[in-house]
Amino acid sequence: MPRPPVFLDHLSSTPVDPRVFEAMKPFFTEAFGNPSSLHRYGLQVREALRRAREQFAFLIGAENADDILLTSGGTEANNLAVKGVAYANQRKGNHLVLSETEHPSVLESIAFLEKQGFTSTKVPVDAQGILRLDKLREALTDQTILIAVHHANHDIGAIQPVAEIGQIAAERGIAFFCDATASAGWTPIDVKAMGIHLLSFAPHRFYGPKGVGVLYRNRKARLVSILHGGVQENGRRAGTENVPAIVGGGLAAEIARKELPQRAEKVRALQKRLMAGLAAKVPYLKFNGPPSGPLRLPTNVSLAAEFIEGEGQLLLLDHLGVCVASGGSCVSKSLKVSHVLTAIGLDHALAQGSIIMTLGKENTEEEMDYVIETMAKVVERLRGMSPMWDEFQQGKIDSTVAPRGVGRSFTEHAAEVSGHREERARR
Amino acid sequence: MDLPVDRFAEAHILIWDKTSPISFHRSETKMNNNKEYTLYNEKVMDHFMNPRNMGDLPSADGVGEVGAAACGDIMKISLKIEDGRIKDARFKTFGCGSAIASSSMATELIKGRTVEEAMSFSNQEVVDALGGLPPVKIHCSVLAEEALKAALEDYVKKHPEAASAPAKGEPAKA
Repeated sequence: MPRPPVFLDHLSSTPVDPRVFEAMKPFFTEAFGNPSSLHRYGLQVREALRRAREQFAFLIGAENADDILLTSGGTEANNLAVKGVAYANQRKGNHLVLSETEHPSVLESIAFLEKQGFTSTKVPVDAQGILRLDKLREALTDQTILIAVHHANHDIGAIQPVAEIGQIAAERGIAFFCDATASAGWTPIDVKAMGIHLLSFAPHRFYGPKGVGVLYRNRKARLVSILHGGVQENGRRAGTENVPAIVGGGLAAEIARKELPQRAEKVRALQKRLMAGLAAKVPYLKFNGPPSGPLRLPTNVSLAAEFIEGEGQLLLLDHLGVCVASGGSCVSKSLKVSHVLTAIGLDHALAQGSIIMTLGKENTEEEMDYVIETMAKVVERLRGMSPMWDEFQQGKIDSTVAPRGVGRSFTEHAAEVSGHREERARR
Repeated sequence: MDLPVDRFAEAHILIWDKTSPISFHRSETKMNNNKEYTLYNEKVMDHFMNPRNMGDLPSADGVGEVGAAACGDIMKISLKIEDGRIKDARFKTFGCGSAIASSSMATELIKGRTVEEAMSFSNQEVVDALGGLPPVKIHCSVLAEEALKAALEDYVKKHPEAASAPAKGEPAKA
């Protein structure tokens, strides 16, 4: 490869900070004890866990390190928050309220609970992906025991009005759980000021290791364990702690909090450069979510190139040394278009061409320029292969991004040719 | 997908570490930087990166455009047919890597076949020639088969005499 690859998928994971890696090392080999043990090996490690809890609390403005529960990752933290609050409060009510654009670990935990007699209401978002507070108020009933709204969206970077949601939750006396896996370490979080009762995040999104997740829980919020067989985490999460990862995650959290202003400022500038460059160089491109600014995560660029599909873009970009994620349909395992893109009302054909680029502190301006140039080439190449691009040129179909008023919509066209296919299959 | 066997072969080398009192052995996991890690196998990647017969035929005898409701992919195949035989084929595809590779391979396979032979073309041929597709991507090869058959039907519609030509016989319909 002529140049080192550009990593633009910090949403999936980040490299471990060398300082963090160094801090973790002794806990694999020397300080290997089980924190539940009563001898010096155990006690030594317990102290390290205590320190990590304080560091996690520091990142999110939590007052008490005892409010930090350690899990195996963001997914487990989200499962514990949703199921733990629901089971703990089932005598009080059975209704759960969530946003339409939650992470699958929240959506599917709630879908699981619904099979056991719980009910839920999904609150819609606007075209930018921001939760509609009026609809949230309408959704609440006297049976509501949990409001689950993420801090920032993974796919489109929309930052939710969490402080307002916290206020509504406080007024109604309902527990408010906020999934901050996409935002922690990149955007300031203050659980007290935001009125958050439970908050989850995962250090591997901000230069910590994988294998550890954090659930902050205000002691006023009732929570029962969903993993049984031990007294770890005050009986709320059984199982031996992943000590090296917790130690590393704690340090990553402390560094993230201290370096947050510089990191956020750096990636925000890169985000602006990337979005402006792509808008100028690639025609018929739609950016999803809010514009670069206070309503958008500084790390996230979500876009959809019209008349082509996302996976092809991803493969060609990877070949040219640009690693991105796809929010479209034909992504390796699932054929479904992202529920987030559907929720913001994105045209199906556009959603298929969607790409998510997530920035990190090690990205450079030069890399952004390379990505813009490469993206322009990739889009041009795939449009050259696409029958839809031809039909757009011939005026048979119209653009959704910049309509010319000639021809029918891509979706109508796609439905017709798919219809032909079904007709043929019937014959 | 196949596991990169050569990577795992060198991945775990256990070393007896006599110098350390606590760690009895150390495992060295190396990442092979010389290997290209790709989503699909080499053949599929080749047909995606270097598609054969991509484009249109200005004086096509049959054109078929089909869409897949499951994933939204759209495939168009154009055929040049002379004396009941496919002289040339071209494709254009809106779709993922395996959809582009499937249409590239399908056009390669059907060139030179008679219309009758092409009528019994099966998506399995595409899958086999590509050295396999992930299960979730098999529908891409089905779409290629359907685009080809739609193009053949278009040809038969436009040239009824060719379809009923005694020497060539009736198009074989399964």
